[in-house]
Amino acid sequence: MSLAGPAALPVATSAPPRLHALRRFAAGLKASLPAYLLLLPSLIFLALFTYGAMGRVFVDALYQRTTPKAPVRFVGLDNISAVLADPSFTGAVVNNLIYAVGTAIPSIGLALLFALALSRTNAVTSALRAALFLPVLIPMVAASALFLFIFLPNVGLLDYYIGRLLPVLPNWLGDPDIALYAIMVITIWKNAGYYMLFFLAGLQAVPEDVMEAAHLDGAGPFMRLRYIILPELKPTFLFVTVIATLNAVTQVDHVFVMTKGGPSNATNLVLFYIYEQAVEHYDIGKASAATLLTLAALMALTALSFRTLANREGGP
Amino acid sequence: MKLFDALFKEAPLATRGEITPKLGFALTVLLAIVWLIPFLWMGVATLRPASDGINLMAELIPSVKPTLDNIRDAWEIGDFPRYFLNTTFICTGILLVQFVTITLAGFAFARLAFAGKTLIFYLFLMQLMLVPVLLIVPNLRLVAQLGLYDTLTGVMMPFFASAFGTFLMRQAFEAIPTELEDAALIDGAGLLQRIRHIYVPLSLPSFSAFAIISVTSHWNDFLWPLMVINSPDKRPLTVGLSVFTATAEGTQAWGTIAAGTLMVIAPLLITFLIFQKRFISSFVTSGIK
Repeated sequence: MSLAGPAALPVATSAPPRLHALRRFAAGLKASLPAYLLLLPSLIFLALFTYGAMGRVFVDALYQRTTPKAPVRFVGLDNISAVLADPSFTGAVVNNLIYAVGTAIPSIGLALLFALALSRTNAVTSALRAALFLPVLIPMVAASALFLFIFLPNVGLLDYYIGRLLPVLPNWLGDPDIALYAIMVITIWKNAGYYMLFFLAGLQAVPEDVMEAAHLDGAGPFMRLRYIILPELKPTFLFVTVIATLNAVTQVDHVFVMTKGGPSNATNLVLFYIYEQAVEHYDIGKASAATLLTLAALMALTALSFRTLANREGGP
Repeated sequence: MKLFDALFKEAPLATRGEITPKLGFALTVLLAIVWLIPFLWMGVATLRPASDGINLMAELIPSVKPTLDNIRDAWEIGDFPRYFLNTTFICTGILLVQFVTITLAGFAFARLAFAGKTLIFYLFLMQLMLVPVLLIVPNLRLVAQLGLYDTLTGVMMPFFASAFGTFLMRQAFEAIPTELEDAALIDGAGLLQRIRHIYVPLSLPSFSAFAIISVTSHWNDFLWPLMVINSPDKRPLTVGLSVFTATAEGTQAWGTIAAGTLMVIAPLLITFLIFQKRFISSFVTSGIK
């Protein structure tokens, strides 16, 4: 009895809190129900086309069919190793890295120049901002249509005006050594005005009186840029670099319209490779494996900015 | 120099004599002109008669006898009215559904306490990082399984939920004083009624900012509709323009290509020139969409 007493005691006392916790959980769920109902429409579509899509990429990357009509067969990591061994995939990755660096640095540099020059608002700067922003609005396909003519050999805009200065006219889109750089020009033209907006917003935070004080202390324009403006713009740089990198992977419509990855794979980029595997070779396994590798690389990059992004959206 | 003085008259007195900012400004003006050249060529080439020949095609000085033939040709060969309808239908459809989903979800995040709020917040945030373009392969298979391959609904569906829009609406709703809602509560208004009659009317600027971002980005979408749409009569403007360009390039009909491009981008450009300020401030908020 004396032994049973204390043994029974904890049971007797612990039951109500546990019941309590359960009831509180149920009550919490019930109180949360309206919120869940409001979130449901969004969550359904996110589940189908974002999380579900992620899951399907994982699964599809593990299977393979030999012909479009053949049954699927589990192949494990074979698709991944096949993709990694495929010279046109590794070529696309290298091209994409060159493309990313070669578009991000010039467009961010130009964006900073534009923002510094146009930071004051008046009729003239507004007009110039609008001119630099126009390419951002138009579809990449429309930009491609215009640049197809600009790069056209002999009679195109570029050759007509500046080609005369060169002894031999280059074939801008037809030469494997030049084509990727020609493609990069379009991206820089299209994105610099977009990034300019973020720098313009960032420059608002630079206090005018500090600038003036620095000048009185004898700091020239470059000193002020280096020691006052650039440190203030650091978060903007980080943010714009992430967007520019994402764009370098996703914004490649001009490759589809202008070069189709050629000449001799010189402008083959990762997304184009994925598209070709899926749509032209019906190889879902390989396309999914390539998607998976790209997603992993991008996630690693964006994870760095996840905190910034969460804070930007106001935190949970 | 007079012009420079006028432009820099608001600069702090101490910096007004510096030369570097003026050089930077001059360079920017020069580049802005370069930036406009493709648009200038598009306009000039559209109005240039075919009789000028291919060798004058690049000339930026307008032809002395302008013609509308290129516009007529593009309109007739390209089936642009049909593409125009399809793109309008896609953009409107996406936007209308998004308005519903982002209003409801934005309200839940702004005003309601619920279990798992942090987790669900991060689930939404993930969509901002998983760029939808990269998920074309699995999403195409899903759209096909749902029987929506080669339909405009299939093109629209992946964009019905928007984390960016949800966060934008959440921010707008949080700024609305709760006293207004309390008054409606006393009058016995239900949850949806309060959203409909208090929150939505007070957040119209945020809705218009979101509409600008949503419509411009889906107006310009290319790869996804290219994969989903097979029938020529269901093509949106971008896919239609790419097919049209490929055909006209073969015959060197650059004037017609310029006219076709002009038709595709004119609606956006005109809307931008009218609502310039609003466009720019919306794009600043967009960042990642």
